[in-house]
Amino acid sequence: MGYSWKPVLLAGVAAVGLNAGAAFAETDLRISWYNDGNESEAMRSALDKFEEANPDIKVTLDIVPYKAILESLPVQLEAGEGPDIARVTDLGGLSQYYLDLTPYISDAAYWEESFGPFLKWLRPNAESKAISGFMTQLTVTGPYVNKTLFEQAGVDMPGDGATWDDWAGAAREVAQKLDIPIPMAWDRSGHRVAGPAISMGAKFFDDKGNPALVDDGLKAMATKLYDWHQDGTMAKDLWGSVSGSTYLGANEEFANAQVVMYMSGSWQVPQFAEKIGDAFDWWAVPAPCGPAACTGMPGGAALVAIKDTEHPEEVAKLMDYLASKDVLAEFYGKTLFIPGHLGLARGGVDFATDDPRAKHALETFSGAVPTISPIAYDLQGYKYNRVMFNALISRLGEAIVGELTLDEAFERMTSDVQQQIEEKQRQ
Amino acid sequence: MRRLVDLLTARRERDGSRHWTDVFAVIYLALGVILMFGPVVWLVLSSFKTPAGLLEYPPTFLPLGQISVPVEGHDKPLPLFRVTMEDGSIRELAQIRRVGIQAQMVDPDNPGEVLRLPIGDREPVREFRIATENYSEPLQRFNFLQYLQNSVFVTIVATLITLLINSMAAYGLAIYEFPGRNAIMLFVICTLMIPITVILVPTYLVVTELGMVNSLWGVILPGAATPTGVFLLRQYMLTLPRDVIEAARMDKASEWSIYWKIVLPLSLPAIAVLAIFSVMWRWNDFLWPLVILNRSEVYTLQVGLNAFQGELDVQWHYVLAMTVVTLIPVALVFAFLQRFITAGIANTGMK
Amino acid sequence: MAAVQRIVGWQRMPYAFVAPNMVFFGIFVALPLVINFFFSMTGGTNLYLSERPYVGGEQYSYLMECTSYLDPKTCRQDRFWRAIYNTAAFVFFQVGVMVLVSLVTALILNRDMRGRGFFRAVFFFPVLLSPVVVALIWKWILLREGLLNAGLESVGIDKILFFVSPGWSMFWAIFVSVWAHTGFYTLILLAGLQAIPRDLYEAAEMDGTSRERVFWRITLPLLWPNFLVVLVLALIRAVQIFDEVFVLTGGGPGTATQFIVQYIYNTGFTNQIQNRGLASAASVLLGLVLFVLTIVQLGLTRRKDGS
Repeated sequence: MGYSWKPVLLAGVAAVGLNAGAAFAETDLRISWYNDGNESEAMRSALDKFEEANPDIKVTLDIVPYKAILESLPVQLEAGEGPDIARVTDLGGLSQYYLDLTPYISDAAYWEESFGPFLKWLRPNAESKAISGFMTQLTVTGPYVNKTLFEQAGVDMPGDGATWDDWAGAAREVAQKLDIPIPMAWDRSGHRVAGPAISMGAKFFDDKGNPALVDDGLKAMATKLYDWHQDGTMAKDLWGSVSGSTYLGANEEFANAQVVMYMSGSWQVPQFAEKIGDAFDWWAVPAPCGPAACTGMPGGAALVAIKDTEHPEEVAKLMDYLASKDVLAEFYGKTLFIPGHLGLARGGVDFATDDPRAKHALETFSGAVPTISPIAYDLQGYKYNRVMFNALISRLGEAIVGELTLDEAFERMTSDVQQQIEEKQRQ
Repeated sequence: MRRLVDLLTARRERDGSRHWTDVFAVIYLALGVILMFGPVVWLVLSSFKTPAGLLEYPPTFLPLGQISVPVEGHDKPLPLFRVTMEDGSIRELAQIRRVGIQAQMVDPDNPGEVLRLPIGDREPVREFRIATENYSEPLQRFNFLQYLQNSVFVTIVATLITLLINSMAAYGLAIYEFPGRNAIMLFVICTLMIPITVILVPTYLVVTELGMVNSLWGVILPGAATPTGVFLLRQYMLTLPRDVIEAARMDKASEWSIYWKIVLPLSLPAIAVLAIFSVMWRWNDFLWPLVILNRSEVYTLQVGLNAFQGELDVQWHYVLAMTVVTLIPVALVFAFLQRFITAGIANTGMK
Repeated sequence: MAAVQRIVGWQRMPYAFVAPNMVFFGIFVALPLVINFFFSMTGGTNLYLSERPYVGGEQYSYLMECTSYLDPKTCRQDRFWRAIYNTAAFVFFQVGVMVLVSLVTALILNRDMRGRGFFRAVFFFPVLLSPVVVALIWKWILLREGLLNAGLESVGIDKILFFVSPGWSMFWAIFVSVWAHTGFYTLILLAGLQAIPRDLYEAAEMDGTSRERVFWRITLPLLWPNFLVVLVLALIRAVQIFDEVFVLTGGGPGTATQFIVQYIYNTGFTNQIQNRGLASAASVLLGLVLFVLTIVQLGLTRRKDGS
């Protein structure tokens, strides 16, 4: 054999050596984690403290692109090649892979009492009593407005109980007076539309609890969105570009004062505090109303234990630590996340910001939690909610750019959901 | 049509006078340089801007940052603005805070007096400033050296394996007539058509069964037997003079030594081209490593550096900076091997 | 290795040379292809074939279920058919433009001039960039608040929202893919041009042949083999288009730039319920189309071998 094989062999030996290096006598736990802002640093510092207290457990935070959590992780879990713990957003959809921590954790009652309503989201069905993880972040959808623009235009902001139409009209007026290109923008996301749709009377499920995406409430909201795109209240940049279920936000345009009103959610607070600072007053306002409710959607990311782990006890020990009140309080405080811990939500978290706008926004969103409609909670807990959101968003997008009529879009939404769920049930 | 054809086939006139097609060629090339290089230059410039600078419209050409000045009586330096006063004069003032549409400003030389001015009348004072933190922060936060090492390992080992097995196969298919040759050729060319995206999940299954998930070998091996490589090398080897090989056989050289000592050296230009392509493919590979690697110690650069693509926020300043980082080796290869690449591909001829 | 020859014998040496490559091929390409084919005849969402129910040709019939094949709206899988039509349009225009641009560039780069090596390098370097980077670079320029719109506004033209208009999106998808790949094809053509013997041109010039005749009678016929290679390779690559456009336009607006590989990727991979059966069926159909193109290419290359 020629000499050129030598480097290959050497390198091979080196690689084997590298892999062996990780296999100490201690337990090595892996967390798959994605990042929107500084939360990995906050998590890392909590893990460092845990490692100090438990020298026999080493925890590695594997930071991956969100795309990997959404697309690669399900395949990895199915093949049994997943991590020990993961930060996920498809809460119900992946529930079959979660570990029930109940036998391993020290105080199941604490978990029930602190995370009660969110534990439900992680369970595969209503009968399950499993405790699999907690929310690293609770999100609430809701609108932001550029209050400075309202002041400059001399337009009053609609008050409590205002409807979406009131807000759209006011935003149009401001934009017109000040020559702002985009009166209103919504994230291109089914999750964002769901709250307002519920406000308009959408139910999302039929009487038997089966998914029924298209009803009069949803039609009413979708028609409004469609009309707003036609009359220029909303720019086509988000909904009219890209395809399928691709998420797009208008956060950059809003931060650049190009948008009067922006429908997004609580997770924007940290980055607005950083990017906008005091360039203008960005103000979170309560969810506008419809005939049925004035609600946003709850959501968020959960840290869950994975069933295939070889170290369930160590995983539980770590989860117990991370879920403890003090650790979580510090984590939420540093990251400016709405707490997904009922005790902390009641008692308030000391957020690490002195920005009055950020504080106001966090108060607004925390305050919105009790007003969220029960339908919204059920929808968030539904296993295949992403199927419904994706059908909604992709077909409405196609209608907005004129590929389908609204009625055709509604028909396709129904058949998309039906076809996918049928395929899933074919076992 | 005639003029276009003239233009394209024109050589310089015999008497040395300038033909108008020369002018066209010059314009075409000048536009070409701008169109081909411009976007990359823009990317590099943008990667040095702060997040706020990236949002700015219209975009500034060079990265700029607002100047802050220390003002007596304030702990932190205050941002400096150029303000048009009511009388039309222009002053440079530092801003203490902004309330609604009013800004409270102060003259750094006269910190006692606070002025209240409408925010529409001020413009930030800026200077050329490179946001090196776009580079340094992510490189510190992540185990950059580890990712780099993994990427280099994958790139080099994969390229060596590819070159060896592809050139062997190409040699076998180019030099010999044997039963099944055409079938193999057909198979090779058929697989030329299959984009990896389409067989992602089945390939993942195979790699899982072989226990190569979270191993760099799982990244290296699946793409090693590239059909493009076999195809390219074979086409080149077909053009080699047969009599050299026949002469070697007369001298009782083994088939292996004919391949290793005669055909391989003669095929060097084509091998160089394949090497360059293989290096680029491996270095740039993203989707496949993303699927099979979920442990940070085996991340390649492309996977590690894309961690800035979050669910709800893309940290553009990092993404752009890290894109530039991954371009550096490409730029180096290009700068050093440029002549070799262009000459090499021209010589392989793909005939 | 001489030992190998002693064992297998001279007669079987070609197999020994081809074997390593074929083993890798077999494991990592052929086997997945076979699994993929079996996937296409199963349903459900499980990963392992043994857990997937056999459904026969049902996935194929879902794909083909149309009232009128000319109107994607009437199809059960309307996006599949839209993707087919989009891909066809993309292939037609992209290959046409690419071949033309490559030819013009090659002819110009073939002229005697100073800095020829530099200019060749300029046109070639995007070939070395990854598709994701290429798309990112251009997206950054084409955004609503990007460089190009700033340029347009500075000369008094209104901003254009490129990714909101189906026409512009398709235009930029084609433009960017030509930008990225034209250097490769230019070089192949350039190699062909340089292989044309100089004395043919000189003789033509002596005879006072017009440049037009020289181009049609000498340059083009002698360039033809390379031209065909370029045409076929460009065609195959265009049918496979995915990453660049996916990052650039996301397939939008609506479904205007959604191509067949993206349809397969979305259906089998990005959807919450990963429909691997349907995606595999679509990829088998794609494979059949590509197979036809392969046969065409094989015919062409064989003729060129001449020997």
